[in-house]
Amino acid sequence: MSYGDLEVLRGIDIDVVPSELVFIIGPSGSGKSTLLRCCNRLEEPDSGEIIVDGSSITAKGADLNAIRQRIGMVFQSFNLYPHLSAGGNVMLALRKVLGKPKAEARQIAEAALERVGLADKIDNYPNQLSGGQQQRAAIARALALEPKIMLFDEPTSALDPELVGDVLNVMAELKQAGMTMVVVSHEMRFAKAAADRVIFMDGGVIVEQGAPANLFANPQHQRTRDFVRQVEH
Amino acid sequence: MTQYERFLDTFFNPEVMANYFPKIVEGLLVTCQIAFLVVISGIVFGLALALLRSYRWTPVNLAIIFFVDMFRALPPLVLILILYFGLPNVGFTLSGYVVLWLVLTCVLAAFSEEIFWAGILSVDKGQWMASRSTGMSYTQTLLNVVMPQAIRLTIPPLTNRTIAITKNTALGMVIGVDELLNEATTAQAFSGNATPLMMGAIAYLILFVPVVYLGRYIEHRFAWRKV
Amino acid sequence: MDALLQQFFNFDIMMQASPIILRGFGMTLLLCLVVIPMGLLGGLAVALASLSPIRAVRWITIVFVDLFRAIPPLALLIFISAGLPFADIRISPFTAVCISFLLNNSAYYGEIYRSGIESIGSGQTDASRSTGLSATQTMAYVILPQAVRNVLPDLISNTVEVVKLTSLASVVAFAELLYAADMARSVTYNASPITFAAILYLIVLWPVVRLLSRLENKMQN
Repeated sequence: MSYGDLEVLRGIDIDVVPSELVFIIGPSGSGKSTLLRCCNRLEEPDSGEIIVDGSSITAKGADLNAIRQRIGMVFQSFNLYPHLSAGGNVMLALRKVLGKPKAEARQIAEAALERVGLADKIDNYPNQLSGGQQQRAAIARALALEPKIMLFDEPTSALDPELVGDVLNVMAELKQAGMTMVVVSHEMRFAKAAADRVIFMDGGVIVEQGAPANLFANPQHQRTRDFVRQVEH
Repeated sequence: MTQYERFLDTFFNPEVMANYFPKIVEGLLVTCQIAFLVVISGIVFGLALALLRSYRWTPVNLAIIFFVDMFRALPPLVLILILYFGLPNVGFTLSGYVVLWLVLTCVLAAFSEEIFWAGILSVDKGQWMASRSTGMSYTQTLLNVVMPQAIRLTIPPLTNRTIAITKNTALGMVIGVDELLNEATTAQAFSGNATPLMMGAIAYLILFVPVVYLGRYIEHRFAWRKV
Repeated sequence: MDALLQQFFNFDIMMQASPIILRGFGMTLLLCLVVIPMGLLGGLAVALASLSPIRAVRWITIVFVDLFRAIPPLALLIFISAGLPFADIRISPFTAVCISFLLNNSAYYGEIYRSGIESIGSGQTDASRSTGLSATQTMAYVILPQAVRNVLPDLISNTVEVVKLTSLASVVAFAELLYAADMARSVTYNASPITFAAILYLIVLWPVVRLLSRLENKMQN
């Protein structure tokens, strides 16, 4: 799985191997979220190529909707559909994109919600769920489509501190189950514990990358050192 | 006759009432019928325009905006007179009924397009992104994710606007549509008595007071949605 | 196509009719200058009455508002101009228009003001009263300025409706723009004079409608 040149972010070249958890850190405005959104073309790159699971998603005439359904995405603000229950949120794309019959879609939704610990909340509406529960439901919504890769855009930034743990636990379980993940986040402890690789971005370029132990203990660049010191204190 | 008796005789004359009751009811029914047709066609047309506008094809959008502006800015009576008196001279005769329906439909479509469009814009961008990220197409997102949320926001203003435009069915009087106001004024002219006008006023109240209350109730229920 | 142009955009006929149409346009503007301030003031009175501490006043106001929101403006105008003479009250078309517009517009403007006033939190009243301002002063200097600002698009939008409504005065033979245009139409057997009137309405109202839809979209974003 490779992400070719992403010229919009100036010469970014990342390869993500299957089952890898790549963690992207950097100050706000450094282009992390933009990079993530380019990966399923919610943001349109000016040039460059993005290849997911062997097929180019930047190619002319690429079937975006089919591709997106294999790339799960989790947002900072959850973006659950407020007019649908947790189950309804998970089932919508199953029914409309994959054309599954209602009963089957519901079974898949139940399984997906079970995986994130929300089996009993299937009929609850988003405004009846806590922030952490909402975010886990959003993860279930992406998971149900059996994505090859999951993109997390600051999944815990909008949560109260005591609710962050639940969401991180779900992400850790996904990692253990072999999911390929790209995570933009400020949760450094989680990065140290779960990430295979940490990428530090600033000003739209990759400043440095490496195993979390190396990057945090022994940053090579001044900008990385400043950033790591700031977030660790 | 005392002053009071004369007043009753002029405005609440039982004989005149009995004579013209059927006519007034007929007029009321015609008013209801046109109102119903206008509400259905106007809102459907307006919704279609708003959905079309959301695709943001520039020439189409400019045409929609022009249409909406025209029907928001021109008095409906002006449009009614132009069509009713102008079209026959170019060999295209529409009945007063059809002209009234057509003009009010376009007016309601214009206003409801604006309301639906504002509703669509009010839905958070994250909703679009979340839906598109699961592989839903633009149209699927619009219909399944955005519209159900937009509709809630549009119901109070749409109700009030619909009531206001529906009352314009009274304009049919000017071009001879047999609606309530026309029947009431005709009866008043024939009988030389003001009782039919009173009956007309009461009929309007019977028809529209419940609707106004409905509008009030809906506005109240959805008040929490207002920003 | 040519027939259409001849019937709806006949320039010669428009020019011929222009003196009386422009006079009618002047009357429409004059009518607006009378009925819009009347409606704005009447509406303010209605809004204040609907928030009165006296329950009976509130109830009467609600009945007033609902009554005049339920009757079509044209019906109201005709009931007044055709009905009052039966009670031996002789009024000119102009007076009939003014009375019916005052009743109808006060109800509509009143509802707009009221929602504006209700949109202001009670903290503003508390703060104002705590500095020693009276209830009336609080309403005049603290609540109303904010309320009006909040509902300004609605006030403008309703004013557009009022200007359009003045065309109803033609039905009771008040010689405003549409009446003049329709006279010219019946003399020339040609719809162009009404098109001319439509153009004049557009010149006045189109810019306002444009402004409104920009305001509305801006509030959404």
